[in-house]
Amino acid sequence: MNCLCFNLDFSQVAKRVRETAHLMVGVPDYDAYVAHMAANHPGAVPMARDEFWREREATRFGSGRGLRCC
Amino acid sequence: MSQTATLPRAGVAPWLVWGGVAVLGAASLGIVALDRGETVNALWLVIAAICVYLLAYRFYSLFIAARVLGLDDRRPTPAAVHPDGLDYVPTNRFVLFGHHFAAIAGAGPLVGPVLAAQMGYLPGTLWILVGVVFAGAVQDFVTLFISTRRDGRSLGDMIRGEMGVFAGTVASVGVLAIMVILLAVLALVVVKALANSPWATFTVFATIPIAFVMGIYARFLRPHRVLEMSAAGFVLLIGSIWLGGIVAASPAWAAAFTFSGTSLALMLIGYGFIASVLPVWMILAPRDYLSTFLKIGTILALAVGIAVVMPELRMPAVSRFIDGTGPVFAGSLFPFLFITIACGSVSGFHALVSSGTTPKMLEREGQARMIGYGAMLMESGVAIMALIAACVLEPGAYFAMNAPAALIGTDVSSAAAKISSWGFIITPDALTQIAHDVGEKTILSRAGGAPTLAVGMAQILSGALGGRALQAFWYHFAILFEALFILTTVDAGTRVARFMIQDLAGMAVPALRKTQSWAANIGATALAVCGWGYFLVQGVRDPLGGINTLWPLFGISNQMLAAIALTLCTVVLFKMKRQRFAAVTAAPAAWLAICTLTAGWEKIFSPVPAIGFLSHATKFSAALADSKLLAPAKSVADMHQVIANDYVDCGLTALFMTVVVLMLAAGIVSVRRALADPRVSTREFGHELPLLQS
Repeated sequence: MNCLCFNLDFSQVAKRVRETAHLMVGVPDYDAYVAHMAANHPGAVPMARDEFWREREATRFGSGRGLRCC
Repeated sequence: MSQTATLPRAGVAPWLVWGGVAVLGAASLGIVALDRGETVNALWLVIAAICVYLLAYRFYSLFIAARVLGLDDRRPTPAAVHPDGLDYVPTNRFVLFGHHFAAIAGAGPLVGPVLAAQMGYLPGTLWILVGVVFAGAVQDFVTLFISTRRDGRSLGDMIRGEMGVFAGTVASVGVLAIMVILLAVLALVVVKALANSPWATFTVFATIPIAFVMGIYARFLRPHRVLEMSAAGFVLLIGSIWLGGIVAASPAWAAAFTFSGTSLALMLIGYGFIASVLPVWMILAPRDYLSTFLKIGTILALAVGIAVVMPELRMPAVSRFIDGTGPVFAGSLFPFLFITIACGSVSGFHALVSSGTTPKMLEREGQARMIGYGAMLMESGVAIMALIAACVLEPGAYFAMNAPAALIGTDVSSAAAKISSWGFIITPDALTQIAHDVGEKTILSRAGGAPTLAVGMAQILSGALGGRALQAFWYHFAILFEALFILTTVDAGTRVARFMIQDLAGMAVPALRKTQSWAANIGATALAVCGWGYFLVQGVRDPLGGINTLWPLFGISNQMLAAIALTLCTVVLFKMKRQRFAAVTAAPAAWLAICTLTAGWEKIFSPVPAIGFLSHATKFSAALADSKLLAPAKSVADMHQVIANDYVDCGLTALFMTVVVLMLAAGIVSVRRALADPRVSTREFGHELPLLQS
């Protein structure tokens, strides 16, 4: 990976920035989730985007996680 | 990136570059430490810090990665072994760095250094730099590493697994006690900033309906558009700051939003209870999003502001208060400076984060170095910026804001006279002018760090953008930013404490563990809220400002947790048969144990009533026996309350000390057992799995 080279791909950078912002609030990449489901559980229906967000939100705050630092 | 972390054989050019960094760092540090001119430019401090971070990262963290831990990029990480697209997701290291940094960055490194500035900027700077390189970043890195090798298990689980059930339970009790004192002290910071300030109170109250609207928006109107929703929320927040100025200017509205510290504390307790039993999408989650982005954005803005404005540090390098007579916190440089700075240089809490979500998302083991060690260096940079923001203030103004009313009185003339008598010359007019500039009636005795930081930030940011006209705006922006993420921590922390209570109580009565049971939930939440609420109310009523008493307790507990985490790391090194490097974690563990135990001992037994809880209680008991009332007590019942508080604080400190001693003992037992066992005896996972291809 070479992030500082001159032929920087801006759409790739933008995607990473958005991914970072989402993960900062505890939501991993949805596309990666769908890709994972397709690759490893071909029979199963992946959660829709909405459902995926709600599931992540509930997990983040619902289990003694979502721990914030002082 | 090499497959396994090894020490590279470098040519001449890199050594010249690193030699240059070392010389520049040493020169900047020399200027910061030895310059005896009027003032020193803050930029030297920034350069010195950056050079130290670069050198520490390049050399010490590589030494730890390659020699001490033996990171192996071919070894499968939890995310590689069983990815599920949810918790276990192999994640780009820059993305994961952002996630990890957002999770460890909090209010602590902003508050601690501001309080520590009473001893001058030099002692704080040195400990922030030395502490992070040899203790804080090491703890975060090694904990992340050992959790990654244990399938991303939590700190408590790992202690149970490696050191036994007893040690695990002791650690759980310790963590719960920390949560309680942490939430109390953070809530107190907010109360101190909002008391009798209609502008600040209005803007912070406005975040509740704003979060609610955002919650509805993201739940029903435009699901999962979190960035869009946060951008809209940000605009509303800025609007509420503007509206707050109008509210504060109108006598009728200002009166409606002016509250005493005690009423704010009670409101906060009620709010904390309600917010943590409501569905999370309603208030907690949207405000969490907003506060996370605002926090990152403000930290970046402050960094840019310091680089552009290049302010002069007005605080002396070392003040006369290193002797322990300072008004902001009581006690001498050792151990109380270390206890006070806490999170900016080493924070036990990070051990919980490093053994939380991050280890489940590492793509490669080697990335633990950048994420664990690197993110903590950045956190330390935030602490340095907070210290700068406090030290660019006129020292007289700094002490006016941070010394309690019991020492400086409640009007500008008495405060200016008293502070000038300490050698920090300031006029009553200057104090009035600062309050006027930031749109407040008074800035006196606003201990707790947030307002000081806000004034410092307002001066820096308005220097970069907006000039004096925007100072009031920037001040309230800074207050709002801190209050927002502190309140998020209070909600989320109350929920976490509730789960911890249910978990611990569940050991005795399994029914209490049911998180679906409303009775168990509400009972545990009430218990959590009462726990921190008790200390909050005690802090608000304290004539010495509360921060004086509670911040050291918080610091002791936080450093205690770090000592526990580093003890675990040491035990693991012995079990890995890498004990020749054990000093890397054992030395900081020992230092933190010495600091917390000394500080704890002094807090309990010091004959000075300002420091020792017992001598304070004795003083009040003696007065009571003579039928005298001592401030703040206005009645005999108040006197009894003060004495009871002293004994509770004393008990809590003793609890922290007991936890440290028990954990150290458990650590020594585990180390001896590991030494007696000729084999490697860690409980790792992944070694039996096939190696990853590059």
